[in-house]
Order: sequence, then C-alpha cells, then structure tokens
Amino acid sequence: MARDRTPADLVGADPGPPFEITFDGRPVTALPGQSVAAALWGAGILAWRTTRNGGRPRGAFCGIGQCYDCLATVNGEPNRRACLVPARPGDAITTQEGHGHAGLAV
Amino acid sequence: MPGSPSEPYEARERCEACEPYEACEPYEGSQQHVASAPSEPYDLAVIGAGPAGLAGAVTARTLGLSVALLDAAPRTGGQYFRHPAPGLGAARPQALHHDWAEFTALRRRFEESEAAHLAHHHVWTVTRQDDDGTWTVHALTGPDAASGTPARVRARAVLLATGAYERQLPFPGWTLPGVVGAGGAQAMLKAGLVLPGRRIVVAGSGPLLLAVASSLAAAGARVPAVVEASGYLGYARSPRALATSPHKLLEAAVHGSALLRHRTPLRTRSAVTEVHGTDRVEAVTVSRLDRAWRPVPGTGRRIACDALAVGHGLVPQIELATGLGCATRHTPDGTHALALDALQETSVPGLWAAGETGGTGGWQLARTEGELAAIAVAARLRGLPALTRSRRARDLARRRDRMRAFADAMAAAHAPGPGWTSWLPDDTEVCRCEEVTAGGIREAAGELGARDARTVKLLTRAGMGWCQGRMCGAAVACLAASGTAQGTVPPSAERRPLAVPVPLGTLATGPEEPGTT
Ligand SMILES: Cc1cc2nc3c(=O)[nH]c(=O)nc-3n(C[C@H](O)[C@H](O)[C@H](O)COP(=O)(O)OP(=O)(O)OC[C@H]3O[C@@H](n4cnc5c(N)ncnc54)[C@H](O)[C@@H]3O)c2cc1C
Ligand code: FES
Repeated sequence: MARDRTPADLVGADPGPPFEITFDGRPVTALPGQSVAAALWGAGILAWRTTRNGGRPRGAFCGIGQCYDCLATVNGEPNRRACLVPARPGDAITTQEGHGHAGLAV
Repeated sequence: MPGSPSEPYEARERCEACEPYEACEPYEGSQQHVASAPSEPYDLAVIGAGPAGLAGAVTARTLGLSVALLDAAPRTGGQYFRHPAPGLGAARPQALHHDWAEFTALRRRFEESEAAHLAHHHVWTVTRQDDDGTWTVHALTGPDAASGTPARVRARAVLLATGAYERQLPFPGWTLPGVVGAGGAQAMLKAGLVLPGRRIVVAGSGPLLLAVASSLAAAGARVPAVVEASGYLGYARSPRALATSPHKLLEAAVHGSALLRHRTPLRTRSAVTEVHGTDRVEAVTVSRLDRAWRPVPGTGRRIACDALAVGHGLVPQIELATGLGCATRHTPDGTHALALDALQETSVPGLWAAGETGGTGGWQLARTEGELAAIAVAARLRGLPALTRSRRARDLARRRDRMRAFADAMAAAHAPGPGWTSWLPDDTEVCRCEEVTAGGIREAAGELGARDARTVKLLTRAGMGWCQGRMCGAAVACLAASGTAQGTVPPSAERRPLAVPVPLGTLATGPEEPGTT
C-alpha cells in the first residue's frame, strides 16, 4: 500500500484555506473545522498540559470529551477541552501547568 | 466560545432547529440562539444524536410527536458516524465508514423531519416535575461547555441515547503522551483527519480494535501489531447468536482482510504490559497472557512505535438515568447497562433508552432500538397501545433480540480476565486526573478495608477528578474487589452525581431555576 498516504488523501479532503494558531508562541498550521487538539496532533504535538502533582506531560487521550486530559489554556482561558474546542485563526494555545481555577463541581 | 459567525454551519444548525418551535432565546451578548425555556414542552426530548437518537427522533416525528434532539457535539452521527467538519472538505467521508450511505439517508430524514436539533448542548442532569410529570433536561451550551451558559428543554418523555465511552485498564506507561484511546484515535481521525503517530500499535480487547487498526492503516499509519487480550475462539461458544448475525461476520471479515492487506499481525491472548519512553512513546512491550489474562513471565517482546491506541471495550454512559434511580443490569463483560423492558423503557416510567446505554452492540442495534423506543413513546403519549403491536414494532423487537444476543456473546468473549491486575505494579498511576497509584488504591483496599470504588475514592481521591472516574472506574473497582469473593469483577454501577462538570454558579441556582438569560 502507498506509504505516504495521509488521512486527507483517504477521504479526498479539499480543506478551506489553512490558518495559523500558536502553541507556546510557536506557529502551528490548522485547517478549518479542526479542533485545537487535532491541529496540535497535525503538527506532531502530543502534550500541552502538565499534571498538578508530578508535573507530567499530558495531551488528548479519549478524543471524545470524556477524560479531560487534553485541558489547555486557550487565549488565556484555562481548562478548555482541546479535543472539543474548534481552532480559530490567531488562537494562542499555551501549556496548562497544573490547576486552572474553574471551580467546577464534579 | 459558543459558535461565532466564522462557523456558519453551527449557527445554521442551531437556528433552524429552534425556529419551528419559537423556543429561541438569544445568548447573552451574542447572536447565537438556543432553546432555553420553551413555554410548551416538547413531546419527546432525545439526548444523544448517534444512530439510536437519530432513529428515535425521526420515528417520533413520523408518528406526529414534537421532538428536540440534544447533543454535546456540533454534528449528528454519534461515535460511529463521527465525520469531518464541512471546513475540511472531505469528498469521500465514506472511506472511514462502511455504512456511510445508510447514515446520510438517516440524517436526511432527520433534517426533513423538522425535529429541533440542539447541537452543542451538554446535558448535565434530567429532572422531573412533581405536579405533571414533565421532564426538564438541563444542559450547558457551547463546544466544550466552558462558558457554562445554561439551557433547559422541557418534554413529556425522554429518550436517553448517550452511547458509551471506552473502558481503560491501566498498565505501566499508559499516561505517556502518544498513548491514546483506541476509539479516541478513531474519533480524532474521523473528525480531524489526524493521527497520533506514524507507527501505531493497537491493543486492548474487543472488536473495535480491528476497526480502529484498519482505519489507521488505511489513513497511512503503519500498524506493527494488533494486540488482543482475548482469543476469538470465545465467539464459537455461542454459535447460534453468531449464525443469526451475518452482517457482523461480514464486517469482521472486511476488517480482517483489510488488516491482511496492510500486513498487520494480530496477536491474540497478549497485552501491552509496558510502554517505553520519557516524554512520549518510543516502544511497547507485548506479553503473552494466560487464560486469566495474567502475563506469562519471560514472554515480553519489544515493539518499536511512536503511538499506542488502546481500549478494553465500551462502558455504557448511563449516569443521567442512574441519577434518576433507573435499574441497571450487569453485562457479560463486566459493565453496567440500563435494564430495559421489551419496549426499551427504563424502570422509571416515561424515560426510555436505546443504543449502547442498554449495552454495547453496534450501530445497527442502536438504530433498531431507537426506532422501537420512539414507537413505544408515541403509543404512550398518544394513547395508541396498538402501535406497539404493529408488524413493524414486532419486527424491530425481533431484530433487536437477535442483535442483543450476538452482542452479549461477543461481550462475554472479550470480558477482562481476573488476572489482568498482575500486570499493574504499585507505582503505576491508575487515576489519571488525581495521579493516584495502584499502590495507593491497594493500600486503601487492603489495610484500610475499602471494598468498592466509592470507599476507595473517599480514601484516595481516585475517581474524584475531572473525568469523575470514567477512565479509572473499571480498574479501581477491580482493585477494590480483589480481596472479596467477587474477585476482580467490578461490583457496582457508577453513580456520578452529574453527567458533566458544572460551574458552581449554575449549581447554586439549582436545576429547578436555571439561570437562563
Ligand atoms: C470513542 C468511540 C469510538 C467508536 N468507534 C467505533 C467505530 O469506529 N466503529 C464501530 O462500529 N463502533 C464504534 N464505536 C461504538 C459506537 O458507540 C456504536 O457502534 C454506535 O455509535 C452506538 O450508537 P448510539 O446511538 O448508541 O451512541 P453514540 O453513537 O455513541 O451516540 C451518543 C451521542 O450522545 C451524545 N452524548 C452523550 N452524553 C451526552 C450528554 N451528557 N449530553 C449531550 N450529549 C451527549 C454524544 O455526543 C454522542 O453523539 C465507538 C465508540 C466510542 C466510545
Ligand atoms: S481528549 Fe479526553 S477530553 Fe479531550
């Protein structure tokens, strides 16, 4: 089978114009319709959060909004689920270190 | 932020949805519309827009009921029919789904049905009015519900079609970036057209692994191995259930041949027992398992990869129903599903369920149950019990029974063996949110005498974090029960107070008086 096949080839994707977001200040190219997590995966970035106690890196795990491992700081707002939040031109994604302070009841 | 004008398809979905019922109220400070407090209740609120919910909504509309369909996601389809946003311009979405044409037909019928589609509605609880028995469905709106803008939808009946999430059994290294849920990898591929790596091992247990491996391979990943903890011989123990579900076999054969084409070896009775790497996955160790899923010493083999997609079957997502006191049943693979009557009603009258909420069984079963449930709802609300005796209803019930029998046989074949906890050393994190280790949980279960997930949670905080125990629940229950007569079978259905985390401000106003704008 073709080695260099991509997901976009598989579905014959002809996306709208790509746009730029940043991850910890670095430019990352996103496609319209991608979540923040998908845009980061697309750039080979798998971790954008560190845990509260161990400071260990984490990123998307369940991919469907259930695990909350993918929490990121989006435009200064912490605790956004990157697998659900759509990427928008100019978004500044920053690594979320430990806690956000959303005060949620779980 | 909840859909801005740069995402026209979302805004369009929402406003078209609200229009026919004039239930629209603008969000504070935005142009968006949500159904927040319809003066007239809908006949039916359907929660979940997967195959079960879609079929339920379409059928209920056909039978003359007014319907609101709520889903957290921006588009209909649920897990199986998750697909790229229009902006990605996928010309052949069917390349990722065997039955795409059937879905688009169902979706078209839904769009034509004029049911209200309330996308980006994360339902956190369902309550019932004492005086007239009307239900109120409480949701937070927006892509990830972070803004916490509340909405509520009233209805005379509720159909719960919230599907399932993946079961995870931890192992050393499972928290390393690059280890992702098998269904999660599938979901990210289907929706975002991305892969977590180029060389992806697929591991765990259950038929979903084959589907995931074939999609990843078709999308260009190398899949050096599919690692299945059970064998497939278990299927042979229920030849009758198998023989009556030819479609399933066909599907398995398609996945099998796709794997052959991509030269992916399938290792049964094996598991990933360790992930290697410091900041991301570099390799995994695969070990042989005995019948009880205990790793056989000395059989570990290292496989180089840059990602691991892992899952051990699915867990029905039923907290909205258990919160209302609905009875559950123990499934053959050790999870809890809603106990339903012959017409899909839960033990709480007026609350129906369909699809994976009643046990894992695939999308065709979900669609069949959704349709049957809607017929039952219409029969009740319109006082036409004969509807449930119609030829169509009897036919649906027969198909449902056949597919359920098959699903249960398959679930039994992939039930986790009690020995799996022996691949779990004390220093491995079990609760990803609160960073609680297996050792901590074993201590709570041993020295401190905790025998169930709830007591372990109180003692260790395992299951107390953001995901509310969805990721660690199965493991914690097994570890807690390991000293008891039940062995490592998860003992009790999870009862989460809320289906999604809710801002304290929203809770403070109470479900009865949501702070709608
Ligand atoms: C991650 C994942 C990937 C899967 N991939 C495949 C696959 O590739 N192939 C396959 O055959 N099967 C797959 N499945 C199995 C799949 O669940 C079923 O085959 C089928 O989709 C079940 O249909 P359903 O209607 O019961 O539920 P689903 O299709 O799961 O639909 C449930 C819907 O409910 C919504 N929902 C849940 N809770 C809430 C809430 N509180 N508020 C609002 N909305 C809510 C969800 O957003 C979802 O859209 C997958 C399952 C999971 C969990
Ligand atoms: S990846 Fe699990 S919530 Fe986003």
